[in-house]
Amino acid sequence: MELESHCPTGDIEKRWENHRFDLKLVNPANKRKFDVIVVGTGLAGASAAATLAELGYNVKAFCYQDSPRRAHSIAAQGGINAAKNYQNDGDSVYRLFYDTVKGGDFRSRESNVYRLAQVSVSIIDQAVSQGVPFAREYGGLLDNRSFGGAQVSRTFYARGQTGQQLLLGAYSALAKMIAAGKVAMYNRHEMLDLIVEDERARGIVTRDLVSGKIEAFTADAVCLCTGGYGNVFYLSTNAKGCNVTGSWRAHKRGAAFANPCYTQIHPTCIPPAGEYQSKLTLMSESLRNDGRVWVPKDPANAAKDPRSLSEKDRDYYLERIYPAFGNLVPRDIASRAAKRMCDDGLGVGPVVGDKRRGVYLDFADAIKREGKARIEEKYGNLFEMYQRITGDDPYETPMRIYPASHYTMGGLWVDYDLMSTIPGMFVLGEANFSDHGANRLGASALMQGLADGYFVISYTLGNYLAKKGKNDVGADSKLAKKAVKEVEKKIADLIEIGQKGSTHPDEFHRRLGTLMYDKCGMGRNAEGLKEALEEIPKLREEFWSDVQIVGSGTELNSLLEKAGRIADFIELAELMCHDALDRDESCGAHFREEHVREDGEAKRDDENFAYVAAWEHTGDHGAPKLHKEPLEFEYVKLSQRSYK
Amino acid sequence: MSETIDLKLHVWRQSGPKDKGAFADYSKHAKGISTHASFLEMLDVVNERLVAEGEAPIAFDHDCREGICGMCGAVINGVPHGHRKQTTTCQLHMREFQNNAEVYVEPFRAGSFPIIQDLVVDRSSFDTIIQAGGYVSVRTGSAPDANEIPIPKQISDRAMDAAQCIGCGACVAACPNASASLFLSAKLAHLNLLPQGQPERYRRTRQMVLAHDQAGFGGCTNHRECEAACPKGISTDFIARMNRDVLVASLTDKDGELI
Ligand SMILES: Cc1cc2nc3c(=O)[nH]c(=O)nc-3n(C[C@H](O)[C@H](O)[C@H](O)COP(=O)(O)OP(=O)(O)OC[C@H]3O[C@@H](n4cnc5c(N)ncnc54)[C@H](O)[C@@H]3O)c2cc1C
Ligand code: FES
Repeated sequence: MELESHCPTGDIEKRWENHRFDLKLVNPANKRKFDVIVVGTGLAGASAAATLAELGYNVKAFCYQDSPRRAHSIAAQGGINAAKNYQNDGDSVYRLFYDTVKGGDFRSRESNVYRLAQVSVSIIDQAVSQGVPFAREYGGLLDNRSFGGAQVSRTFYARGQTGQQLLLGAYSALAKMIAAGKVAMYNRHEMLDLIVEDERARGIVTRDLVSGKIEAFTADAVCLCTGGYGNVFYLSTNAKGCNVTGSWRAHKRGAAFANPCYTQIHPTCIPPAGEYQSKLTLMSESLRNDGRVWVPKDPANAAKDPRSLSEKDRDYYLERIYPAFGNLVPRDIASRAAKRMCDDGLGVGPVVGDKRRGVYLDFADAIKREGKARIEEKYGNLFEMYQRITGDDPYETPMRIYPASHYTMGGLWVDYDLMSTIPGMFVLGEANFSDHGANRLGASALMQGLADGYFVISYTLGNYLAKKGKNDVGADSKLAKKAVKEVEKKIADLIEIGQKGSTHPDEFHRRLGTLMYDKCGMGRNAEGLKEALEEIPKLREEFWSDVQIVGSGTELNSLLEKAGRIADFIELAELMCHDALDRDESCGAHFREEHVREDGEAKRDDENFAYVAAWEHTGDHGAPKLHKEPLEFEYVKLSQRSYK
Repeated sequence: MSETIDLKLHVWRQSGPKDKGAFADYSKHAKGISTHASFLEMLDVVNERLVAEGEAPIAFDHDCREGICGMCGAVINGVPHGHRKQTTTCQLHMREFQNNAEVYVEPFRAGSFPIIQDLVVDRSSFDTIIQAGGYVSVRTGSAPDANEIPIPKQISDRAMDAAQCIGCGACVAACPNASASLFLSAKLAHLNLLPQGQPERYRRTRQMVLAHDQAGFGGCTNHRECEAACPKGISTDFIARMNRDVLVASLTDKDGELI
């Protein structure tokens, strides 16, 4: 396996422009002759499918929900970054680039990140033209706010529903192209395999989730836009259906998986309340602009009414430890600090397992300062959501928050053109590893998904097709039929085991999640990772002998869907632990407890670990093989992050 | 309030579109439900118990479980998404129910939403309505600077009020005529209010209304059940607004000139 990033060189400001000029073009009449498969219709997939169809390609798009507009992107609350500098507060493309490289703790490619910052401005233009109702000021111009880890206000938002509005915008563009006959949309279809032959992606195999029909679709190129794998932790802020199956099955067909251990834990989620907990709900990070985080100084006060505790009994630990950024420190720092407090027995709320897992996020001062009406205007819907879920009223009593798995920086390895190590298979959005290094800044995922889909793939895909020409393998070819047979057999095997099995798939998922939070979560160490590497194969074996599935493969069958996804999560978990163990340094969200600076922060080892770890699959039980892509920093000087 | 409750639970089971379907009694499986659990978590618990007995779990649609994707939805004791105002099924919590409460759960029912299985229905007719005109025709890359056209805050806020629709279909399930007028009018108002939506305003209105009618949804006769059921509290004022646009559309030709 060769890792060739194809990053342009020279003046960073000119790289994308020069690269675009060097890319081959497909003339408009020929675009009509090419078919492209887009798996996923979140921000990345919907924007890519719509844009490619507008250009003239014939697109087939797939999603597992009943409508493309329900992709998980819809749940993003806080906002989207763009280097517009509308606030005249010193922002620029360079500053967004700089912040993103630094925020990613120097584990991303400068060329990619610079391009992301450059195209960010066009995304806002595009969205506004589609009718995305971003927040505005009274003068009628766009409003901005600042978001975790940034000292400028560059975040555009639509109340607490930015992802929804951006997705509805991209979906509307997609709908237009469906109506124009340029996109064939397959809802309730799950991709279960990638068809590869002679070093080229030829198509995919899907299961119709209603009829159970297994079918092959072929095309001249495949774009995977299937989102992140945060659900490996079972409890996460992701939608229940989010899965790694698309990426994982492609990985098994030869796509390298990069930096799987880089997973982000979000500091402001509603804590778990009991065993039945099925997901954790994110409270937008924007709350940290006005809320103050604290715990009681004395564990004996944990169960007391927080309002009864005086100032001297409270520890506003973020303000204390990080006076410059206070409650606005980056996510990983805020998350670890909260976990540390709770590990030390200072947590609040119900006891789950053996500890109270929660810290307060208090708005009393903000309400005093700005008035209830202003706070309601800013966060009304979030407060309502909190109250609906917990039964507590945050205007009256502090919220309780706790970190939860939220975003995955790791993903399939792609080059500068977003192409994986399988020629003809491109990966967009959260599913790839490309732009956020070891830690993603708030409001940058929406930006990246839309950058990939609207403004990058439209150029780079043409280059590939112009060079490679048509794929001559059709859906009725021997190859495609064989691929269908293989998937059918796997499902039949799973059902056969499932009929005798006695453990609900969710039970395996919960056990996997607990293990991963424990050993490969906010803090990791060699000993724990080695233990996990012994436990995961056992869990996998137990799964494959005792998972219970009721019903058949030829109907809507949620147990079968779950089982298939969990099987892949278990395998991914193993790779994550290998990666976390191998990366014997701390960086960004990857916190190895052996590598801590004196001030308690992540201690990078640039001499030995300034690389992308891209893992090759070597067969079902073989050890994964590591390939390294070295990272160089010409513009942003390597320095230790400091938010003190 | 006690921390757990027992329910007298009745859930609609229907194996497929052709099956007649009936309520099944799951009271035995719905005991000891935590009041902090969500409605879907209650169904998860019941399902785990059913599966342990070798029975097929109740099929229901869901994804985000935070009230935004619009995928979940069931009629709970006669009310789409249950009795709590402005709350989706996934956000409804069991503390809203009394111990030993009778709870009937059935799918959203409407001719244009055929039942697939149990609580799962086919809402693709909503997508068809959007495809008929629920967009601004702007090609990627051709947009002017985002601040080139100022939009008064109140107009933008109003558009956002409409744009919040999550497309769940509760309005249709609540309407005695099975009309999708609230959904349709919210989608129209979102774009028709904004300057970007003006060039295609009347064409969009004509085409989307036509698609709505062709999909078999009924007409609006002002029952306003939809507004009460809408988890996002979308106002029927948008229906009045739509009717005005329909009127103007009927007075203009396809180029937008008055006839
Ligand atoms: C609660 C929450 C809040 C967030 N808030 C913000 C924010 O404020 N700002 C920000 O920048 N980012 C935010 N993020 C992150 C951001 O929303 C995501 O990273 C981003 O939306 C991912 O987009 P995507 O297009 O890559 O994938 P997704 O939106 O997850 O879409 C994945 C698509 O792939 C399809 N799919 C998946 N697997 C398969 C399969 N096997 N077969 C067929 N189809 C499949 C799905 O149907 C779906 O259409 C938030 C994330 C969460 C969880
Ligand atoms: S599951 Fe998404 S709105 Fe209920």
